[in-house]
Amino acid sequence: MKYVVVKNNEVIPISEIPVLEYGRFMETIIFTLMNKAHNHCVAYFGFPSENEVRLFCCIADDEQHVIYVSSSVVEKAQTLSSFTAKNFSFEKFEREIHENYGIKYKDHPWLKPVRYPFNSADKTQTIANYPFFNIDSEELHEVGVGPIHAGVIEPGHFRFICNGEQILHLEIQLGYQHRGIEHLFLERKKLLQRITLAESIAGDCVCGHTTAFVNLWEGLCNYTAGYDLKFARTMALELERLAIHTGDLSAMCTDVGYQLGSAVFGRLRTPIINFFQIWCGNRLAKGLIRAGKNNYPFTEDLAKQLIDLIDNYEVDFNEITKKLFTLPTVLARFEKTGVVNLEQAKMIGVVGMSARMCGLNRDIRSSHAHDLYGELDYQPIIKRHGDVYSRAQIRREAIRQSISFIRKLVKKIPSAIKGENYLSLPSADSFTISLVEGWRGEICHCALTGENGELVLYKIKDPSFHNWLALAMAVRNNEISDFPIANKSFDLSYCGHDL
Amino acid sequence: MISLILILLASLFFTGLVIWTKSITSGRKGPGIFQPLKDVLRLFKKGAVYSKTTGIIFQVAPTIYFASVMMAIFVVPFGQARGFISFEGDFVFFAYVLATGKFFSIISALDTGSSFEGMGASREALFSMFAEPAFFILMGSFALLTGHSSFQGIFTAMHFTTKFSYALGALATFVLVIIAMVENSRMPFDDPKTHLELTMVHEVMILDNSGFDLGLILYTTNLKFAMYGALIANFFIGAIPWYLALLVFFGVQFVFAITIGLIESFTARFRMSHNAQYIFALSSVSLLIFFGVLLVLGKFI
Repeated sequence: MKYVVVKNNEVIPISEIPVLEYGRFMETIIFTLMNKAHNHCVAYFGFPSENEVRLFCCIADDEQHVIYVSSSVVEKAQTLSSFTAKNFSFEKFEREIHENYGIKYKDHPWLKPVRYPFNSADKTQTIANYPFFNIDSEELHEVGVGPIHAGVIEPGHFRFICNGEQILHLEIQLGYQHRGIEHLFLERKKLLQRITLAESIAGDCVCGHTTAFVNLWEGLCNYTAGYDLKFARTMALELERLAIHTGDLSAMCTDVGYQLGSAVFGRLRTPIINFFQIWCGNRLAKGLIRAGKNNYPFTEDLAKQLIDLIDNYEVDFNEITKKLFTLPTVLARFEKTGVVNLEQAKMIGVVGMSARMCGLNRDIRSSHAHDLYGELDYQPIIKRHGDVYSRAQIRREAIRQSISFIRKLVKKIPSAIKGENYLSLPSADSFTISLVEGWRGEICHCALTGENGELVLYKIKDPSFHNWLALAMAVRNNEISDFPIANKSFDLSYCGHDL
Repeated sequence: MISLILILLASLFFTGLVIWTKSITSGRKGPGIFQPLKDVLRLFKKGAVYSKTTGIIFQVAPTIYFASVMMAIFVVPFGQARGFISFEGDFVFFAYVLATGKFFSIISALDTGSSFEGMGASREALFSMFAEPAFFILMGSFALLTGHSSFQGIFTAMHFTTKFSYALGALATFVLVIIAMVENSRMPFDDPKTHLELTMVHEVMILDNSGFDLGLILYTTNLKFAMYGALIANFFIGAIPWYLALLVFFGVQFVFAITIGLIESFTARFRMSHNAQYIFALSSVSLLIFFGVLLVLGKFI
């Protein structure tokens, strides 16, 4: 047996995962599994022991709705041939493995640091001496942006190589936000501490990451979430999607200098995040999602307020989107800007919204349904052009879809029981994987437990991990002054990448 | 002399009026119309910080920039009342004294050694260069029409007698409004509100300026606006009585400011590469005026 087949949130003993010799492991992953168009890699990470590293690779099959897991044990000092040389979507994963455990790859084209963890294998690689791609030319010039963002949001460094106003190459250096979240998951022993950590992986995707964590944890504890918990999580995910997409449309208007759109979408976003405040006392929904319990049951009264809010929202939203998507000056900026084509998207392995904008159907809600998505009759929104306009369209339609889901959900409000549900101890020597479709895309959390059921490895993959490269590809040959709008249309997370 | 006082007066509320309009259209209350002026006064009280990479050019440039705009204002007349100075060919002086100020602001941006400011400087130079032919063809046509070559001469000799000359006046107003937008770096060419260095034109050039220098540059923007407003007003003032002329002057400034506010509220800005095309198209509108003048004078056909 070359791999084991699991479903989303399924727990299996680690011993069930086959250990292959590296050559066969690579053959299985690259030639057997990654050959199919509907398969993509959701996690590839190492679990270190004394001198060895056990590599785990999880490939999601979007057609069969399952995940294939396989593994291989390699020595740290070994020099391996890389997956990347055969399939580029492993690029970031192998850089991470190289950085963390010092495993060398002989044919990896871009073996640069990812996030400079405190326990990285090669401590000489610091954030100050990142090996940028260089030019030696009289005509071209370099423009460095950051690490301090002009809007003082999050830090990241962008190095452009330009021919006048035209971008030839963009290299994105991240890692400034690295907090060692994965390590902290092992250090903090209390469940509440861990949930709080999950909530702070990415501040704009609280519901997504927290849902991924609690689904994983409940699985490990053999607890089956009831309808009320699933309801709250699905509702929170859709509200978050609604709020962030609205805010991003506002920000996209700001970046092209369209003041009316910026003001109206900005105003529309506020009541939605304020609804979280009414529901759970926090505008970012921190505290709402907890493993095995729900401290803030969704009541009939809340439902009434929410429907009122959505009714008001929809009228204004329809009016301003009609205006935005027909205004020539806006269309001139959105159309054919920041294009990622299907081949590039497949090559990079982009996920979520950034995949669906160029015709790649990748959506956990339909392929590996979690919480209530199986019952919602979800159809992914697919666009083909891969430009800023497609991303704006996806946001517009995702907002409409979220609204229809919310309307559907409030028809069946669970009679919630507030209070403690006692979780049993996590299963020992187990492996589990949890996939959640956040607003940005696929969030993947993996965990390994030791002999007493304690966490020995916690692995997080935010959708931004891969998608940053899509941005770098998108702006090639564009004007440098179009970079901000291309960047905003992706709206990727710095801290989600840096962890 | 009177034009100088009027322009100074208009400069006090011009930018405030633009910001007020933009606030109202986006559903906000907005600051008072003297807020930009208060900001300038606040900056005047502060000292300036100079980067170690900059030299003397960076320190003198804001003053030269301000002085150049003041000099340009000196030649702008008010109807029949001549400007502070007036001589044959002063519109050429007007254009190039402004260009001197711009030249200094461009080299001061380069002086900082920042890659952003270099980009902004190159954009500003390009756009100004494209706007220049439009201005000269426009003023040259009117010089030809009236037989004078000073602002005062041109404006007093201009009579809107035929319907045809009204058309010329309308086209000239359009060209001047757009030139004013380009020269003042407003939408749709440049977004003065943006925080994104990569998309800025004028804003990015003054990123390193602070304190008194920054206040001077910001106030110069107000002056420049009022100056172009005065030029436009002059097309309509001609030989009407002074009290009506005063009314027209402030009326034009007011409408000009509100128009800018409205344009900035309801359109997105252009893609950078489209700016050059658009500005260059102004020259063709100016050429239209030129042919119109030739027609009026009977030198054509």
